[in-house]
Parts: sequence; C-alpha cells; structure tokens
Amino acid sequence: MALLQISEPGQQPDPHQRRVAVGIDLGTTNSLVAAVRHGVAECLPDGEGRVLLPSAVRYLEGGRRQIGHAARESQSEDGANTLVSMKRFMGRRLADIAGAEQLPYRFVDQPGMVAVATRDGDKTPVEVSAEILAALRQRAEDTFDTDEIYGAVITVPAYFDDAQRQATKDAAQLAGLNVLRLISEPTAAAVAYGLDNGSEGLYAVYDLGGGTFDISLLRLTRGVFEVVATGGDAALGGDDFDHAIAELMLRQHDRLPPLAAHSANDKALLLREARAIKHELTQADVVNVHFSLQDHGPASVRVTRAEFEAATAPLVQRTLAAVRKVLRDAQVTRDEVQGVVMVGGSTRMPVVRTAVGELFGRPVLTNVNPDEVVALGAAIQANALAGNAKDGELLLLDVIALSLGLETMGGLVERVIERNTTIPVAKAQEFTTFKDGQTAMAIHVLQGERDLVSECRSLARFELRGIPPMVAGAARIRVTFQVDADGLLSVSAREQTSGVEAAVTVKPSYGLADDQIAKMLQDGYAHAEQDMQARSLREAQVEAERMVLATRAALAADGALLDDAERAAIEALISSTQATAAGSDAAAIDDAVKALATGTEAFAAARMNQGIRQALAGRRIEDV
Amino acid sequence: MNLSDDDYTLFGLPQQQALDAAELDARRRDLQAQVHPDRFASEGAAAQRVAMQWAVRINEAWQRLKDPLSRAAYLCELRGVPIDAERNTAMPAAFLMQQMEWREELDAAADLAAVEALDHAVAQHQKALLQTVAQLLDQQGDVAAAAQQVRALMFVARFRKDIQRRLDALDANSN
Repeated sequence: MALLQISEPGQQPDPHQRRVAVGIDLGTTNSLVAAVRHGVAECLPDGEGRVLLPSAVRYLEGGRRQIGHAARESQSEDGANTLVSMKRFMGRRLADIAGAEQLPYRFVDQPGMVAVATRDGDKTPVEVSAEILAALRQRAEDTFDTDEIYGAVITVPAYFDDAQRQATKDAAQLAGLNVLRLISEPTAAAVAYGLDNGSEGLYAVYDLGGGTFDISLLRLTRGVFEVVATGGDAALGGDDFDHAIAELMLRQHDRLPPLAAHSANDKALLLREARAIKHELTQADVVNVHFSLQDHGPASVRVTRAEFEAATAPLVQRTLAAVRKVLRDAQVTRDEVQGVVMVGGSTRMPVVRTAVGELFGRPVLTNVNPDEVVALGAAIQANALAGNAKDGELLLLDVIALSLGLETMGGLVERVIERNTTIPVAKAQEFTTFKDGQTAMAIHVLQGERDLVSECRSLARFELRGIPPMVAGAARIRVTFQVDADGLLSVSAREQTSGVEAAVTVKPSYGLADDQIAKMLQDGYAHAEQDMQARSLREAQVEAERMVLATRAALAADGALLDDAERAAIEALISSTQATAAGSDAAAIDDAVKALATGTEAFAAARMNQGIRQALAGRRIEDV
Repeated sequence: MNLSDDDYTLFGLPQQQALDAAELDARRRDLQAQVHPDRFASEGAAAQRVAMQWAVRINEAWQRLKDPLSRAAYLCELRGVPIDAERNTAMPAAFLMQQMEWREELDAAADLAAVEALDHAVAQHQKALLQTVAQLLDQQGDVAAAAQQVRALMFVARFRKDIQRRLDALDANSN
C-alpha cells in the first residue's frame, strides 16, 4: 500500500496532481474500462491488447477462478460452473427470470436475489459482477502503475430499477471500487458521441446490448446532456436473439428436442454456435455449421438471413414499440430527432439498423464503436467528477426510467414520482389511516407503471409505528421519496401531528445488507491480502484528506464570504482533522471529518447562494 | 436566494402564465450548472448535502413551471386562490357532457389511428383552454375564473393520460 501524503498545514499539495478516475461499462456479454489520458478518453487494453473483457467467470476447484476470455472458452466443457450473462439476474429472484430452464445453470432460489450453484458454492450475480469489476480495476491499476484508483463511474441500463442499480453499486463496493456515480448507458454514449461530434439538439440513443435494451431521448446544449425521456426493456438483448437462433437450429432436426431439454454443456455449446451464426449473418446471407452434441451426436444446420430475420422479428418489434412509447412520452415527433446513435454490440445486426432507420425516417448513426462508446462516456464523466476537467464543461441531467409509488388500500399503487422525472428529486405525499385507533402503518414501496401492486416490483417494506390513536382518516402521514443523482431511492415517513418518524434507504429487498457486504469482504473475497482494519483506516484517511483539500480550495475561492471569527473556526477544524488523520484511529478520523463537514455547512450554503446569484446575474447581462 | 423562494423568483422570471419555454430551460441549465451534486463530487459531505437540496429544489421548480397546467395552478395559489380540486368538483354541464362524449369515443376507438385522432382533437381543446387561462391570469386578472378553468384542465389532462395508456397498450399488442 502506498503511503498517503499529507502536506504541511497551510500548504496545498500540487494542485495539478491528477486523480485516476475510470469509467466502467459492466456489460451482459463484455465489460470494458476506460480513462481520460492526455485529455482523450480511451479504453484500456489488457496485456494482450484486447479492450473487451468477456463478462464470464469460471469457478474452479480450490476457490480458484478464471475470468474473461479463458472462462468463456471453457463454457461448453464446464457450462454449469462458467457463469456468463449474470447481469440479467442482478437484483432478480428466480421467479423474475424468463426461460431459466433454457440456461445451463442450477439456480438457487433465495429471498432477495437468485444465486447459481457452482462447485465453489452458491454465487450471486453481485459476486460474479464483483469478480469482473475487480479484474478491470486491476487492469486500470496496472495501466497507471498505481494502487490508488480515485473512483469509478459505472454504467447501468437506463431501464434498470432500484434493486438492479443497488446490486451494481454493491458489486463495485465488493470489488474495492469507490463509486463516483452510476450513470445510464445511453447517457454515457451520448456524452462520448456528442462531445466528439460537437452535436447540439435532440438525439435518440438506441442501445441494444447483450441482455438489455434502452432507448433514450437527449437534448444536447453546450456541454449539458439532458435526458428528455427514456424507456426500454431490462430483459431484452442479443442473448434473446441467440436463443431464437438456437431454437431455429434445433427445429431443423426432428430428433433434436428444444433447447430447454439439453444438458448444461450442450446448451452452452448450442448458444455459442447460435451466437457465431448471428455474427456471420451480419455479412453473409447464409451460414452452414456442423456441431457435435454430447447427448445427441453430430448435426449440421443451414441458416439463411431471411430465416434469422423472421425468427427474430418479434424481438425487433418489441424494441420499436418501446421507441414509439418514448417519443409519445416526450411529446416529440420523429422528425424533431436530429440523429439516432446506435450503441451496443447487437446494433451490428443489419436487420436492427434497417428497422430503426425506417422508424425514424433517416439513416442511423453508426460512426461510433458500439462496444466502446459507453465506457468512453463514463470515463469522461469520471474525469469530470474527480475534478480533473475544467469547470463548467460537462453536466448530465438524467431522469428515472420507472415510476415510484406506494401500496394503498385494495392492492393499488399510488404513484409518488412519475417516470421521466429529472433526478435528483424529492417528493412528498400525504396518506391517512384506514381504521379507527390505527397505531401503525405498513409502507410498501413499489416501482413500475402498472396500477396493481402485484404487477409492480416490490422495493421495500417498512413500518411507521407509534401513531397516536385517532379516528380513521384523521392522521396525516407524510411519506417523502428522495431519488439521488445515482437514481437510488430513500423513503421516509412522518406522522405530522405527533412527529413520529421512520425511514429506510431502499436496499434490503434483494437481501444484501451492509453487514453482509462487510462479511463478504472479511471472508477475503476480492481482498484476500487486505486486512479490514487497515482498509477502514485508509478509507478514513483518504476521506479526511479529500475534505481538507476541498475545504482549503473553497476557502481560497470564496473566503471573502466569511468574517475573521468564522474563518478561524474553520481553520481550527482543518488543523484538528489533519492532526487526527496523521494518527491511526479510524473512528476518531471519521468523527473529525464529520465535525469539519458540520462546521462548514453554513459556508457551503453561502457559496451555493453566491453561485446561483451569479448564474442569474450572468443571464440578465446576456439578455441585455 | 433561498430554498423557500417561489419558483419565479428562483428562476428570475416575471410572475405570469405566459412564459418562454426556451428561456426557462436555459435558466434551469445555468442554475443546475451551479448547484448539481456532480459539481461537488470531489468535495465533502456538507457541500454534497447543500447541493442535493438545491438541485432538488431547482428541478421541482422547473417541473412545475414547465407544464402550463401546473404552472397555472401554482400561479392561482400564489395569487390567493388555491385550486383544491378535491373540494371543488362542480363543473359546468356542457363540460361534463363533452367529457362523456370523449370517454365513449375512446371506448369505441378500435385501432391506433382512431385513438391518435381522438388525442389530437383533445389536445386542440386543451390548447384553447390553456390560452383562456393565460388571458384570465395575465390580462384580465380574474384569478377565480382561471382557477375554475384549471380544474377543468385537470380533467382533460387525466383523460389524455388514459388515452396515452390506451395507445401504449394498442402499440404493444400490435406485434
């Protein structure tokens, strides 16, 4: 571990020292890591020059594992222990997974999130994702020859719900990454595309990946990327095309049963052949393949592009319906869209390009690398969040893709925050009691667009207790939903007349609580060599250093807002934070950082105020 | 500048119903550029918390001012006439008749084209009502009459949502 540098009180370390911040595209099929180097975003290659890391983890005997290319190669020999496309199961239960029987895995149904039984024990999608993220972190550390990655921006499908976002964040935490922000994949793509091409106006990003589909409409204005509306399907992607081809192949031989009836290794082999056929059909009009199944012997098939397109037409149509819905949501016509950016490996299929082009009445934009553009956009945002970019260059204003609400009487959902609302957002709504003398209220938080509780995703349940007994309808319970810039929800409830309160950060529904993560870390997962205590001390010291630097920078910029006494008070807090951080008591450092945060809150508010005044003043001068 | 300032003050815009949408969006971008939590990502918890509060407040004001109906309702309230839709349900008979006709038309509409045609007709009606509201608020200063029109417009907005749902359902099933 590198020693942290702490400068003399009153002296700032080199302000030009850059922080290494990375963007990570954690994909269904492949994952990438990118960073801004010498002012340009680029994907970081592995030792053999490959930027794509297959999102595959193979669990071997004795707790060893293979990650990436080696794992993917072994799929058809060891299908049950080689986990691919785990992103589709993030934050999901077994009941949520369509076509589980077609996959080569033994799923373990458990409350919260499904796991897969391997020879090394049950693995959740969070743990598998953490392996992939840790491999990418290692790649970045090797590239920059550092063991201090400042933080990462990780992309998620715009259509990911709260459980899926939280699961992604947990995976990053397990992999030892500091998450600067979760951003939507189409938004990241728009950043990379827009900055590269100097685009302004309304753009659509059609993002069809291995397992997810997103469609976003964004308005690009002088470095501001504003999502107008977003939609999609978190369970639709290239994998579904592979399955359709595999079934098509099997239908050509009467002796071969449908995909679900094959062994784990044969399923893996068939899906691999299907994927190869899909890739070849982007160029060829017909493909012939021979393969040999363990249980059913050798077979050959011939697939034409026309057959392929007929078999997958329903999938393409599903994406087009989502596109039309987003246009309706945004109340814009297809003519107002200036360009359609195609993202995700699955948009290489000519049938997809043609269909989307026809819908918009213009050729789609394919001048980006559909595999890399998301990671590049994430890297640009990471660089900005780390404070490396020039001020005012880039701002993302994203929305939540799915409405949030509460269960009310009769199993109905009352929506509190509508989909396509810009984040961060907070909204409160009042509810009341149903029965006389009711002293508790069950708060059930849901996400989705349907009216019935049973058709929405359950995010969390908690109880507000200690409501004073009143007649039905007299209590005033104010429930506040807050969605932060990562798109993550927290909910609190308060009875207005008595002040009774309850709050929850929506997290427990899929089961990984903070202490479970701590335990996984302690178990040596992804951090075999690291001792927990050293880790928490280091984290506290980094946070202290960050706070001291930030406060000093704020004093240098806006110290004039303070009088002498206020300034002296803040200086004293800085000194004591630095003194404590030089020691080795993590809890004391945390306390000092908290005291510094509290002590500078009024200063932060005053600075914000000044910024707003300047923004409005600037406008008025421009107007003249 | 305060979190509790009204939306118009916050955006530095005149307190009226007529509003330049492009100007509103531009101001929102300028304000968010100052307060968005991303601007303070490398700073401490205090700055993050203040930034979050301000970003939420600016989004709230922007959402409210952007939509002409919620803007009109807000303006009526600022001028002392709360909309209170739940307690003011009385509507002119002609308006209710119109509503019933629309509902019947929606039920009878068999395909996407028919529903889209109905939506277009309702949108035209909505636009005319909004113009009336703007005139009542900005020229005639008749806030009570404007509030009554706002209540009617809330019915129209709800009906258009039902139309949208029907469109979504028809579109999804057409495949």
